[in-house]
Amino acid sequence: MPETAPAAATGATIELESLSKRYPGSPQPAVDNVSMEIGAGETVVFVGPSGCGKSTTLKMINRLIEPTGGRIRIGGEDVTDIDPVKLRRKVGYAIQSSGLFPHMTVAQNIALVPRMIGWSKARIRGRVEEMLDLVGLDPGEFHGRYPRQLSGGQQQRVGVARALAADPPVLLMDEPFGAVDPITRDHLQDELIRLQHELHKTIVFVTHDFDEAIKVGDRIAVLREQSHIAQFDTPEAILTNPADDFVSGFVGAGAALKRLNLTRVRDVGITDYPTVTIDDPLQHIFDRLRDSGSNEILLLDKRRRPYKWLRRGDLMRAKGSLARAGALVHDTVTRDATLRDALEAVLTDNAGRVAVTGRRGQYEGVVDMETLMNSVHELLEADRLDALEHQHDLEEQRAERTHSEQEGFGRPTGEAPA
Amino acid sequence: MNFWEFLTSRHQQLLADAGQHASAVFQCMVVATVLGVLIGVVTYRSEWAGNLATLTTSTILTIPSLAMIGLLIPVVGLGVPPTVTALTLYGLLPIVRNAIVGLRGVDPALVDAAKGIGMSRVTRLLRVELPLAWPPILTGIRVSTQMLMGIAAIAAYASGPGLGNEIFRGIASLGSKNALNQVLAGTLGIIVLALLFDAAYVLLGRLTISRGIRA
Repeated sequence: MPETAPAAATGATIELESLSKRYPGSPQPAVDNVSMEIGAGETVVFVGPSGCGKSTTLKMINRLIEPTGGRIRIGGEDVTDIDPVKLRRKVGYAIQSSGLFPHMTVAQNIALVPRMIGWSKARIRGRVEEMLDLVGLDPGEFHGRYPRQLSGGQQQRVGVARALAADPPVLLMDEPFGAVDPITRDHLQDELIRLQHELHKTIVFVTHDFDEAIKVGDRIAVLREQSHIAQFDTPEAILTNPADDFVSGFVGAGAALKRLNLTRVRDVGITDYPTVTIDDPLQHIFDRLRDSGSNEILLLDKRRRPYKWLRRGDLMRAKGSLARAGALVHDTVTRDATLRDALEAVLTDNAGRVAVTGRRGQYEGVVDMETLMNSVHELLEADRLDALEHQHDLEEQRAERTHSEQEGFGRPTGEAPA
Repeated sequence: MNFWEFLTSRHQQLLADAGQHASAVFQCMVVATVLGVLIGVVTYRSEWAGNLATLTTSTILTIPSLAMIGLLIPVVGLGVPPTVTALTLYGLLPIVRNAIVGLRGVDPALVDAAKGIGMSRVTRLLRVELPLAWPPILTGIRVSTQMLMGIAAIAAYASGPGLGNEIFRGIASLGSKNALNQVLAGTLGIIVLALLFDAAYVLLGRLTISRGIRA
């Protein structure tokens, strides 16, 4: 990786090597031998049932819980034995119900880590404004507020701002959106995805909500008890090809439906539809309709936004004026909407199609039931092929490893010299 | 001589006594606060150490103050030393107990968050735990002060300073014409002082408890 010292630190790799935690007096280790490599700038979600050790594993990365065995490397540096206080200042940490200190203002909370690592006052002040801006809160308004004067969602945003204030390459999030209502949670997840697009941190995110995992994760580690990794793969692969019954049980019903959340309308075929604008003369509209051979045409308003669906019959009855004719377009989806949203819109539309809009609500195309079905089938088929190939690769690797171990060639590749 | 005439004729003596009384209580409170919070900080994380500290300080409180001062005289002599020692010891209990309760009452998630963002043990204590435990500690300090106001009067028994001298002089000369006035003046003086201190604490609370956690 080139060392260009960018303005904002982007992610660092995290390597966990045979990480274990055994509490004295308990026969079973709480976390048993977890090995994992997380790429720089990647969002990895640990998901699993309560008590499976996912939180413990997370807390071992910043050593809030000291591992009893194994190594942790962040950005290639072994941090297993360094001063934990120093380590934690380089690793952002956001928790459920925000963990904001109630006796400090929003600004004081955000400024904590920069102050501890000795930034100048002016720099901290600028940074606080910047962070508030980043998480979508107006600095002027929220700067001097106390946490109890904020809603749950706002508190959570400030919590994330605090975690990111000193620009750590790694961000650990322990069920950060567990305590907010579903609508706010949805917003916060979207915000996190947007943030990550800008910042490219390495994020490790713990949740017990599989849908949340699918939404925010680049890769998902499904953990079973003692943090054994049941499957560690992309959301697509886990949805289409769960490794075993445990994983499929966790994925739950409707894997194909959930799969729709992972693809955006812009990634599938949008059909072009005959359109006319409201300024076109009536005769022109008739001609268009006849030429297109379809039964329906989309009328756009002056700014090329979908306005009305016009059918042949409507036009017959229009008698020279379009004012009363046709059915108003009441639902559109953007190109960034998920296929699930699109399906929802198509299902609720009485004619089974929905207009797709781009910037400023301008017409881009239409999706209907048929195109949607086709794309979904294609997607699922592609996923299946990928998964098969992936499985094949894994088996090959495993066979190779077993072979080399049997031959006594020792370990898999050693560490690269520093 | 009625009470009012008594007050006007003796006001200098009374003010001096009141001043000494207030200053003795104040100084002992400072020492008791520092010691009490320190004991709290050292013991709150261990179940038995915290309980031991609470138990010890409450045992001290059950010793009658007259007996305590009497017992201290052979050890530290007469005058100021037994007064200060006794007052400080009595003042400890509410502060120690509230410090322990307050520190234990800090939301574990916040302590976790403080650790997680890289605060050292000392920083965590000074920036997070003590400020959050401060309201109950301040309540403890208030209770202590009220208590010490009364107990300080007993100090006159060991020739200590304060309004207790008026009371003791009055009791010693019961039947004489100013006896009742003396006892009354001493008692009322203590009540007035206690109220003034309490007002000062309310002000202190306003100034030192963060707006974010004020009830």
